[in-house]
Amino acid sequence: MSRSRKNRDLAAIDGKRFSMDGALTVLSVVLLLIVVVIPVASIIYNSFFFQGHFDPQLFIGQLTDPGNLSAMWNTIKIAFWVTLLGTILGTFYAWLLGRSDIPAKGLMRALFNIPYMFPPFLGAMAWDLLLNGRSGYLNKLLVSVFHLESAPVNINSLGGIIFVEISYYFPFVFMQVVSALERMDPTLEECARIAGAKQMTVIRKITLPLVVPAISAGALLIMTTSLAHFGVPSILGFSQNIFTLPTKIYAVISRTGGSFEGIRQGAALSIMLVVVVGLALILQKKLLSSGSYDIIKGKSMRPTLIKLRGAKAPLLVLCIATLVLIVVVPLVMIFLVSLVRAYGLPLIPENFTINNYLKVFKADGTKGSIINSLMLSVGAGIICMFLGTLIAYVVQKIKPKGKEALEILSVLPYSLPGTVLAIGVILAWSGALFGISLYNTLWIILIAYIARYLSFSMKSSSAALLQVHPSLEEAARTCGASHMESLKDVTLPLIRPAMVSGFFLIFLPAMREVTTSVLLYGPKTRTLGVQIYALRDAGMIPQAAALGSIAIVIIIVCNTIVTEITKDRKGV
Amino acid sequence: MDQVVLNHVTKRFTTKTLGDIVAVDDFNLSVHEGECFSFLGPSGCGKSTTLRMIAGFEDLSEGTIELCGREVSSKSKNLYIPPEERGLGMVFQSFAVWPHMNVFENVAFPLQIQKMNKTDIAQRVKEAMRHTSLTGLENVYPSDLSGGQQQRIALARAIVTQPKVMLLDEPLSNLDPKLRETMRFEIKELQRKFNFTIIFVTHDQSEAMAISDRMMVCDMGRIMQIDTPENLYNKPNSRFVHSFLGESTFINVVIQDGKVYPKGDTQNPLRLEIPPDAAREMVVATRPNSIDLVGPSEEGYPTHIEKRIFLTDRTEYLVPVGEQMLKIQVPHRISFAKGDACRIRFISPMWYPAEDDAAEKERQRRQLV
Amino acid sequence: MANVTFKNISFRYGSNQILKDFSLEIADGEILCLVGPSGCGKTTLVRCLLGLNKPETGEIYVGDTCLFSASRRVNMAVERRNIGIVFQDYAVWPHLTVSENVGYPLKKKRVAKAEIAQRVKDTLALVNMSEYANHLPSQLSGGQQQRVAIARALVSNSSIIVLDEPITNLDAKLREQMLEEIREIQRKSGTTILYITHDQQSALQLCDRMAIMEPDGTLCQIGTDEDIILRPSNRFTFEFIGISNFIPVEAEGGTLCLKPEGGRFPWPDASLPQGLSTKEPLEVGVRPNDIVFDPDSPLKVTVTRSVFLGSEYDYFVTLGGKELRVQQNALDAAKYGVVREGAETGIRLLNYRFYPKKEVTGV
Repeated sequence: MSRSRKNRDLAAIDGKRFSMDGALTVLSVVLLLIVVVIPVASIIYNSFFFQGHFDPQLFIGQLTDPGNLSAMWNTIKIAFWVTLLGTILGTFYAWLLGRSDIPAKGLMRALFNIPYMFPPFLGAMAWDLLLNGRSGYLNKLLVSVFHLESAPVNINSLGGIIFVEISYYFPFVFMQVVSALERMDPTLEECARIAGAKQMTVIRKITLPLVVPAISAGALLIMTTSLAHFGVPSILGFSQNIFTLPTKIYAVISRTGGSFEGIRQGAALSIMLVVVVGLALILQKKLLSSGSYDIIKGKSMRPTLIKLRGAKAPLLVLCIATLVLIVVVPLVMIFLVSLVRAYGLPLIPENFTINNYLKVFKADGTKGSIINSLMLSVGAGIICMFLGTLIAYVVQKIKPKGKEALEILSVLPYSLPGTVLAIGVILAWSGALFGISLYNTLWIILIAYIARYLSFSMKSSSAALLQVHPSLEEAARTCGASHMESLKDVTLPLIRPAMVSGFFLIFLPAMREVTTSVLLYGPKTRTLGVQIYALRDAGMIPQAAALGSIAIVIIIVCNTIVTEITKDRKGV
Repeated sequence: MDQVVLNHVTKRFTTKTLGDIVAVDDFNLSVHEGECFSFLGPSGCGKSTTLRMIAGFEDLSEGTIELCGREVSSKSKNLYIPPEERGLGMVFQSFAVWPHMNVFENVAFPLQIQKMNKTDIAQRVKEAMRHTSLTGLENVYPSDLSGGQQQRIALARAIVTQPKVMLLDEPLSNLDPKLRETMRFEIKELQRKFNFTIIFVTHDQSEAMAISDRMMVCDMGRIMQIDTPENLYNKPNSRFVHSFLGESTFINVVIQDGKVYPKGDTQNPLRLEIPPDAAREMVVATRPNSIDLVGPSEEGYPTHIEKRIFLTDRTEYLVPVGEQMLKIQVPHRISFAKGDACRIRFISPMWYPAEDDAAEKERQRRQLV
Repeated sequence: MANVTFKNISFRYGSNQILKDFSLEIADGEILCLVGPSGCGKTTLVRCLLGLNKPETGEIYVGDTCLFSASRRVNMAVERRNIGIVFQDYAVWPHLTVSENVGYPLKKKRVAKAEIAQRVKDTLALVNMSEYANHLPSQLSGGQQQRVAIARALVSNSSIIVLDEPITNLDAKLREQMLEEIREIQRKSGTTILYITHDQQSALQLCDRMAIMEPDGTLCQIGTDEDIILRPSNRFTFEFIGISNFIPVEAEGGTLCLKPEGGRFPWPDASLPQGLSTKEPLEVGVRPNDIVFDPDSPLKVTVTRSVFLGSEYDYFVTLGGKELRVQQNALDAAKYGVVREGAETGIRLLNYRFYPKKEVTGV
């Protein structure tokens, strides 16, 4: 008995030929066309067609260019090491916090999640300040203390990029695995003990294989994110001419000053990037063909914690050291540099000033960037919240023919690298179609944001809608409510919390976005991330740090609000 | 010989919400070789905790546990043998079948841990799977199997090492009623073949009565009674045991001038023999099918039919007794209509002291743990 | 008047015919339990009554009001039918308080606020939920949520209330209590109740009359509890309403003979009822508690299992190669003794009925 039939039956019973359901379906299709279908089609078209006819020259030329090939190779190398090491690190700490008797678990878990909400490019900036080959504070300190010839560590290298990316991406695996361990039925492990297996054997043979699906889901997330990542390699790599595909695309386009030829080259490169991401996904699926197990079962019982005994103290120290390194050091560094009078001066109180903050607030561009980012994030959040809910409702409740296509279209942009998406939006909406040109306006960034984050709100609302049993709406109908009233009185209020959390899921990452904005911004439409990036590029490093600190404060405040709101909503 | 012996076993917990709780209070019992012994009680009575202490997943606060003549836990000697060295078989309510291994690998796991050679493993696994009707499913993964089949895997895995003692922790409560009955017989059948001792934990009294040779009924961390199912059902030593096994009806009575009056009726006494140590107020306990329902001309307590419910295999009548309503179940052939006058007679009722609310409150508090 | 009439209702999902020419009449003020195995179409019938499904043919009346008529092209909208319904999952709205839930139907009818408040108060008192008026459903137990659902169905004075398997997910004790309360509420309000269930036990406890539906969606018997249990109209009712044993029977010469899987047992104390011939294969159906042990009976059995269940003993015995189920209540067991596993004894059948042999299909 399919739900679609019931709905259509109801429409038929109501005697309306053009039902509200039909209108909703059409609306969601049109919106998806604007933000997803046309941009993606434009990239493909422009890479292979020139002035209306097939022209593979450009694509082949890009593909054989040695600079591009080395960028591709770098992208793969970075992603490989980040995924591998990040997964090991994430799994190790997840096990430590999930299954051992290490103290202060709650606090440490919260701290381990911090890198997750932080913009990685700020971290890269901090590490650049510390370990820059020529002028890093820590490097200078080491040179003077140990009387070295040259700087001992150079963060502006492949290794440096890998290190910084790992420290921001291992929480993907960490969070997945911790929750899998928590939900795992402890009797699965107890049973192995009864069967005669020692504690270590149980970990090896039972626990680890059972969390493999969680590990691989996290690893996949790390890999796709790293392949498409722009911020860290651009900050640490440009000065040493180390390019990845996303940074190369940016370089090509900015070198040509945003000309059509440059954008076409970028489009061709985007296709390379998409192919690399696609291949990586296939490869990973082949390597880890693991089913999804149902490990959540039975009565919830506290899992038996493994006593670390003698190893407890060293492991605790290790945990704290890791946290200091990935959380405290970058934060403190950004903050200190934001106070210093000029970059390079020693970090002592005599050199401190609040002038950088004052300058930031005086400069129009900077103030504008904060306002732009706020407008874009709130705008994208609200639009996605409604659009995502609309699509979720169409897919889950109306179920028209081809609903799978709708679902795929709304999730597709999420797996597309942000850079690629940006190029698609430029190609589609800067005059090529219907003469509509949004270039250099906030609208074009907004469209990119919507496409990029739509899947977040769709998934959130979709999950909530699945929870709304059809009988709840039917009960309203039998109580005398029309179809429209039952939506308004029952369905919408029930999914409202999910819609609100969908909004924040979009608002927060949009506030710290750089990857797409850096390709789409115009003179008056810089975003917060772009502005920090530009200030740093222009050598105004303390000001960039000051703006960075402000961004961090905004993010922390918003995050706290979100946690408070979601806490309140739990009761419903 | 006694296979499992508990001496003064006590377990104390401290919880954040409820403070200190004695989950298991001075348990003394011994389970004989080849016996099927059930731990029966409502949730929070301490039965699962006791089982987990026997398995070695929980420490004792006091006392000792012996398995097959060997001491495995002793608080005073600070002795604790980990679960993997106790040589037990165990089946859990959640089946706990490993989803990443196929049926063969699941069943073979305990033998592989013992580093047994491959041909012996294959032989033993084949045997265990045959006895649990799993033959042919060697390469199937548990997620493709039904609940009943998964529980059979768990059973096969438990018997494959041929343990002397088998712990079953509510193994049937996740199965549907029909399957539950079949599995009950299969477990008894396996016990007959492999001759192990069973400790069976359940909160379902009919299941416990059907499967056990002897059983322990416990409540709020204390042992209430240990005996055979028939004796527990027919001679429960407390009101709790009476109401926990089978359907019960209780009548509050007042004893006056050597006669027993139901509360709310001072005219017609119930013709019952008063036990020697009876207080003024007592509770008479009986069961709906242990009451004779006869016509008004015969001997018995006079009353009338308040309500009649016709069930498939019997008729249920509600009759007022004093201020209370008594439920009676009789075969269809004994037929009264609503409002008819009738008389009732109790067949060997039990006597208990009058109600005590404190016990009920404590039970509710513990169920929150 | 609130008698409900279904006339020749047919309904299908795609090619799957659920109901065919189904007719049923529910009298004013009675509790009618519609009982049938899951998938027999009882929920579909309810959905047709509510207007959530549209039948292909037939008519539905409540009193003199026509809710649906295929021939006259009448199809009243769901929200105008004024039928109270308690869904299986209660469908209590989790974002509204108890009194908001109960007041909703009145709000939709644009009843004045003061009157809504009064009627909600009265209805909550009726279902003993007054003290929970401001609770959210998540703060209530399953039984309490059900009472809210019943109150919501009662509040607009619908002349008929439908309960669709509302108590299947409650435990036995609570279930009995709820049935008791539904009875009580019906007595106070006088509404007609249509109670849908697959559980004959709860139907027997609640109903004035029972209607039994077969798996193919046809109505096979309608009557009082006694009619259904003592005079089942066909084999389906007999099997559905309780545990049953069936033994093949044949006539040899003048006497009947039980033929259970290879065995042959002359059965002199029985004779064939009028109107039945042994030309077609017959079976005798008997309930476990209508079989008694009698060592002198020619029907010799071996006891394979004997299980103590407290109020009764449950036996499995083999007659020939056929396994039969026997129940002995505790009083009889005390009087005549318990039969042990492995014992060889005889049985007598007390109440039995003859049915045409069922072709073995599938399971």
